[in-house]
Amino acid sequence: MRKFLAALMLVMMFCTIASADDGVIKVGIFNCLTGQNAFGGQLELEGTQLAHTLYPEILGRKVELVIVDNKSDKVEAANAVTRLIENDKVNAIIGTYGSSLAMAGGEVAEKAGIPVIGTSCTNPLVTEGKKYYFRACFIDPFQGAGAATYAFRNLGLKRAATLVDMSNDYSVGLGKFFRDSYKKMGGEVVASLFYQTGDTDFTAQLTALIEAQPDIVFLPAYFAEGAIVLKQAKELGATFRFIGADAMDNPEIVTLGGDAVEGFMHTTFAYDPSMPEMNDTAKAFTEAWNKVHPDKAPNVNCALGYDCYIMLKDAIERAGSAEPEKIRDALETTKGLPTVTGMTTINATHDAEKDMGIVEIRNGKKTFAGIVVPEV
Amino acid sequence: MNLNIFIQHFINALSLGSLYGLVAVGYTMVYGILRLINFAHGDIFMLGAYFVYFATIVYKLPWAVGVVTAIILTTICGLLVDRIAYRPLREAPRISALISAIGVSFFIENFAVVVFTGMPRPVVQPPILMKPIELSGGVRLIPLGILVPVVSFVLVGCLLWLLYRTKPGLAMRAISFDIETTRMMGVSVNKIIALAFGLGSALAAVAGIMWALRYPRVEPFMGMTPGIKAFIAAVFGGIGSVPGAMIGGLILGFVEIMSVAFFPTLSGYKDAFAFLLLILILLFRPTGLLGEKLEDKI
Repeated sequence: MRKFLAALMLVMMFCTIASADDGVIKVGIFNCLTGQNAFGGQLELEGTQLAHTLYPEILGRKVELVIVDNKSDKVEAANAVTRLIENDKVNAIIGTYGSSLAMAGGEVAEKAGIPVIGTSCTNPLVTEGKKYYFRACFIDPFQGAGAATYAFRNLGLKRAATLVDMSNDYSVGLGKFFRDSYKKMGGEVVASLFYQTGDTDFTAQLTALIEAQPDIVFLPAYFAEGAIVLKQAKELGATFRFIGADAMDNPEIVTLGGDAVEGFMHTTFAYDPSMPEMNDTAKAFTEAWNKVHPDKAPNVNCALGYDCYIMLKDAIERAGSAEPEKIRDALETTKGLPTVTGMTTINATHDAEKDMGIVEIRNGKKTFAGIVVPEV
Repeated sequence: MNLNIFIQHFINALSLGSLYGLVAVGYTMVYGILRLINFAHGDIFMLGAYFVYFATIVYKLPWAVGVVTAIILTTICGLLVDRIAYRPLREAPRISALISAIGVSFFIENFAVVVFTGMPRPVVQPPILMKPIELSGGVRLIPLGILVPVVSFVLVGCLLWLLYRTKPGLAMRAISFDIETTRMMGVSVNKIIALAFGLGSALAAVAGIMWALRYPRVEPFMGMTPGIKAFIAAVFGGIGSVPGAMIGGLILGFVEIMSVAFFPTLSGYKDAFAFLLLILILLFRPTGLLGEKLEDKI
């Protein structure tokens, strides 16, 4: 019996040695699958999973996705990344929706030296001063400036106001960048109002906005709150228009907001299933998505989840290795990589530089209104 | 600020305040009888809103039928909560029941996330309640904005009648005074307490439905903020006092709206203003506006 056990142990040792060489590549995913931001995290996860089913192997090695939930909570986000690195020994990490969650998780990955690709965390602080954090999205100054440019240049609106969630880093950052860029172009910011996450009554802020008489209101909210704001604005008879940012990009906004969201615009990544001219990667992605999820249309979060995996695949292939350090070096030199949301180039601050789209809701449908070059 | 804008703010405040009041009444009633702060109240409220969503959107029942079904289902949930989580702790120290209430609250929230998912759902708003009425000077009022205070006041009236003019009401007040003696007088204490919970849950359901109509979005955590705000409104008005809860809710609504109205640049501090006022009132009147005097029972 003892001999048998010893033999068994020997065999097991060989197995582990063998797997260290050409075993699976473990890719950790930390995203918000429950809690307040679950809707976004879930879509991104589905995007990444789609890319994984299309490319289950990189460098001839099997890729395994290890999924952990950060519960839309900053503390949980840090725990989730720790778990991925210490228990699961992942080679790289993808995630997350929500900049504050990315910042909490990023600290842990930075110390451990594991590269992370952020999906839709657009606050500059996520990658600022970080050696290991990258992202598939552009950043808030770019987005805030894009909304301001579109409002001022394309629509010719001269009076703007902002309505910002003051307990959310993403919203506060965007509001500031919008105001700065709008003033720089020569526009007038007539009011800046605030609310807090979890608020459902915006009538006081909206009545104050009606009093200030802006032409356009910048609303960097999450879609679930945004839809309610738009509804109440309609009830109060507001005549100004609204423009939001990428967090408003969710097919559910029309279901929640009904006819109140008609004419609402938001900046987004240059992908939408309704786009007239799609690049080849986007076409392939849309086709594959529709096969797997025939009952729901893909959105930008799905596309970004997908793009993260493509960026990681490209980096590992160029590095010729799945060692975290080598993946990191390769990610830094990503250039002109065709992804669903346009050509992706990673810049000096680890942000993706790509085109920005504007979507408008017309006749209850998201319509791709055009591409804008923001004046930062 | 001109007069019209002020009237608009006033209407907004009345609508928000009476909603807070409606949630607070359920809180305060259970507390008044059992001396238990039912932290699961906000989550029962959420269940009420979800039942309306399922009845009207998923099963496509007519709106009125859906509302009645939702109230009945929520009441059953409330009774179950009492039977499972509170009744076994009736003789235990009060703190145990409180912890159990917090546990129930977390359980319902997370159960809802798993079953209903985190995706916010829409709610059917009957057009007749939503069509804005334009008053002079551009002031707008939606019929729901009138309905909410009316429903709240009518329910408070019914509750007061029940508590002070009926036998079960007498039994409830007796229980709040002394459970043991009431039991010795031949009152079926568990039945009366269950009745109180049923009523509290029905009130939470009505509040949840009104809330979902006013802010048409249901999600698993929708009960958290209103729950906390309503709890504060109840403490504010004097916990245990039904009219106090209504007044507390109205004051909270007015302070929130008017602080934004008069100091738009400080609109982010809306909650800070409301809670500052709460602290001040409690410093000067520790039992709340209409609260009973605390007597040391030795």
